[in-house]
Amino acid sequence: MHVKNTTQLKQAQKKIVAEQKKFPKKVIVCCGTGCLANGAAKIVDAFKKVLDERKIKDFAVEALCETGCHGFCEQGPLVVIEPRGTFYTKVKPKDVQQIIERSIENDETIEKLLYTDPQNGEKIERYNDVSFFSHQRRIALRNLGKIAAHDINDYIAVDGYQALAKVLKKMTPDEVIESVTKSGLRGRGGGGFSAGRKWRTCRDVESDTHYILCNGDEGDPGAFMDRSIMEGDPHAVLEGMAIGAYAVGASEGFIYVREEYPLAVVNIQKAIESAVEIGLLGDNILGTDFSFNIKISRGAGAFVCGESSALMRSVGGEIGEPRAKYIRSVVKGLHDKPSVLNNVETFVNIPIIINKGADWFAAIGTPKSTGTKAFSLVGKVRNTGLIEVPMGITLREIIYDIGGGIIDNRPFKAVQTGGPSGGCIPESMLDLPVDFDSLTEVGSMMGSGGMIVMDDRTCMVDLARYFLAFLVDESCGKCVPCREGLYQLHAIVSRICDGKGVEEDIEKMEKLSEMVVLGSLCGLGISGPNPLMSTLKYFRNEYEAHIRDKRCPAGVCRELITYEINDKCTGCMACIAVCATNAITGKKKEVHVINQEQCTKCGACYAVCMHDAIEVF
Amino acid sequence: MNHDFSKLPEIIDRYPRSPESLLGILQDIQKEYNYLPCEALKKTAAALDIPLSKVFQISTFYNAFSLNPKGKKVIRICVGTACHIRGSKLIQDQIESQLGIKAGETTEDMEYSIEVVACVGACAMAPVVAVNDKYYGSVKVTNVKKILRSK
Ligand SMILES: Cc1cc2nc3c(=O)[nH]c(=O)nc-3n(C[C@H](O)[C@H](O)[C@H](O)COP(=O)(O)O)c2cc1C
Ligand code: SF4
Ligand code: FES
Repeated sequence: MHVKNTTQLKQAQKKIVAEQKKFPKKVIVCCGTGCLANGAAKIVDAFKKVLDERKIKDFAVEALCETGCHGFCEQGPLVVIEPRGTFYTKVKPKDVQQIIERSIENDETIEKLLYTDPQNGEKIERYNDVSFFSHQRRIALRNLGKIAAHDINDYIAVDGYQALAKVLKKMTPDEVIESVTKSGLRGRGGGGFSAGRKWRTCRDVESDTHYILCNGDEGDPGAFMDRSIMEGDPHAVLEGMAIGAYAVGASEGFIYVREEYPLAVVNIQKAIESAVEIGLLGDNILGTDFSFNIKISRGAGAFVCGESSALMRSVGGEIGEPRAKYIRSVVKGLHDKPSVLNNVETFVNIPIIINKGADWFAAIGTPKSTGTKAFSLVGKVRNTGLIEVPMGITLREIIYDIGGGIIDNRPFKAVQTGGPSGGCIPESMLDLPVDFDSLTEVGSMMGSGGMIVMDDRTCMVDLARYFLAFLVDESCGKCVPCREGLYQLHAIVSRICDGKGVEEDIEKMEKLSEMVVLGSLCGLGISGPNPLMSTLKYFRNEYEAHIRDKRCPAGVCRELITYEINDKCTGCMACIAVCATNAITGKKKEVHVINQEQCTKCGACYAVCMHDAIEVF
Repeated sequence: MNHDFSKLPEIIDRYPRSPESLLGILQDIQKEYNYLPCEALKKTAAALDIPLSKVFQISTFYNAFSLNPKGKKVIRICVGTACHIRGSKLIQDQIESQLGIKAGETTEDMEYSIEVVACVGACAMAPVVAVNDKYYGSVKVTNVKKILRSK
């Protein structure tokens, strides 16, 4: 198939949709990273095998759809039977035979595979009735879990590339930029800069070449939105980039993909190839004089390469050191040419803005933060996974309505957003609306969308140490305040965790943080002290407990805690088996004892004890 | 270590002969040999006509590269934020003590290497451990042994 103009694209779409309608039922197997780790590949194989063996009327292997991440990773592997939307969780290969016999050949549901609502214990049959999904609004993740990532036809069937066709046929580049500006779309990679304005500036720079780049580096540990999009809906990224390229006048684009995401590289590569084959990328797209090619650039494991100027140097084969900000990369970026860099999620919003209109998009969310935002909801929350919500929703709604509250009903302590550049938000602010400006105001930031929930057993001092250690590792070392300042901050926090902190440390850290913020060149250094500052602001009492009382209230910092066995011990010997230093002694059915001299406080015994017999002091 | 470098010219030929190709070539060499053998770096520098120091600059800047050989099974422990909060340190302790090496090291028999990474993008399944290309989610102290033994 090769589509030469917009009419042919429409015809192709009709044909594909008609083809798909031949199967009255469809089986969707989630093949996102989470479900694959839970064994989704075996489920797919089992379906193929059973379907091959039995010939079922109106149903064939083609009606089996391997999609990207649905988001509800906690419950994987997930299987959905369309059009009813029957939602099966934690499916095992041995369940497949039964699914085919009962839910495909007949319209029955299999009770035991349904999701159980943790609030009332009721079984929920349909996908959209599960509270995890029903409170979401999916725009950027619109196709995830619905279409096969490998198949361009699936994307075309859901109006894929229609937005590109529309801009090429009916809109001037200026109109595209105007529309994106009017939609209020702000960059989803962290900073929240207006996408339309960035495109405008780039277009206005006179040059023989412009570049368009997509930031798929997703360096924020604890976030996987961009990964899921690149793996599950790669064509939407390509279409968004192509529209951007048309708007700014670029004919070449790059996607910078993080090295830890091999499947994303494979799926995007495949998507590029099939788009070129059909004629939706390459020369003279849809019979116009617009030509656009996309190359993948693989990252090599450096957080700082997510920063715009570092990313562009890395694409150029150099080391990823940021450069001074007085030259902006929209003016002088890749190979010193005007370049637009946007995040993956920013790009996937573009086609839908073009299709549905700027006003439609601007009406969602809040006036200053329009649209929706995808988050990876992780940590100590019950329903971990990938979610998308309208801007302006409160943290409480996200954590309790979608996330289902804290694991084991423990008390909520804080939620961390914005990754290593963000901060921790305490319980008193749970009703804060989630938008760019509100989060920045309270000392955190939107970031790319990691949302890490913490309960009373997370130590905030240890968390600050964790982020500082990460940043010390990842600082490129170009500026002294970042390289040495963060190093010293880490040393001080570590000392506090080890129970060697002194009263003056807090003030010293505050002063030093100010200097790091003032003296650093790029965002890594400038926002590096944020996790520390926000925990100092909202959880100062924890720092004080470490310094004054030599106590870690959360029971995490090893130098300040002891593990002891109480009389609930049944003598099951489970802890003895996991203790790496043989510090636990005791006979079967007798209460065990921990030898404190030998104990390294690793907590393995605590993790395996089924009888609440191990206590932390 | 002795290597068969017959594949090297082919790897270098995948890319145009320009300094810009360096990163891609090094990534492919890393993939082929699981580390960057010194001999390969020298040959790459010569082929692209750039100083060896430049090749080392790139090789040491990026975390993806290793100048030391890796074991057959590379155990990558995620210590990203989500995994950290859900106890990756404990998992790391267990793996280190069971293999008798620390993160960043390789066992003498070249069977295992341990690496720590900040997020592999499966955060909903924290804590996560990857053995070569296979991911294990919700890892518990009690299934570390099984994961290490898995093929
Ligand atoms: C240290 C550092 C790391 C960053 N990492 C990322 C990243 O992983 N992904 C991303 O999209 N943006 C990242 N950014 C932000 C980018 O520099 C840039 O602002 C963004 O990609 C622009 O796209 P947007 O306007 O669509 O958000 C990072 C910035 C800094 C300073
Ligand atoms: S602030 Fe830190 S990471 Fe950024 S350029 Fe300076 S040293 Fe490098
Ligand atoms: S933090 Fe471990 S996989 Fe993301």
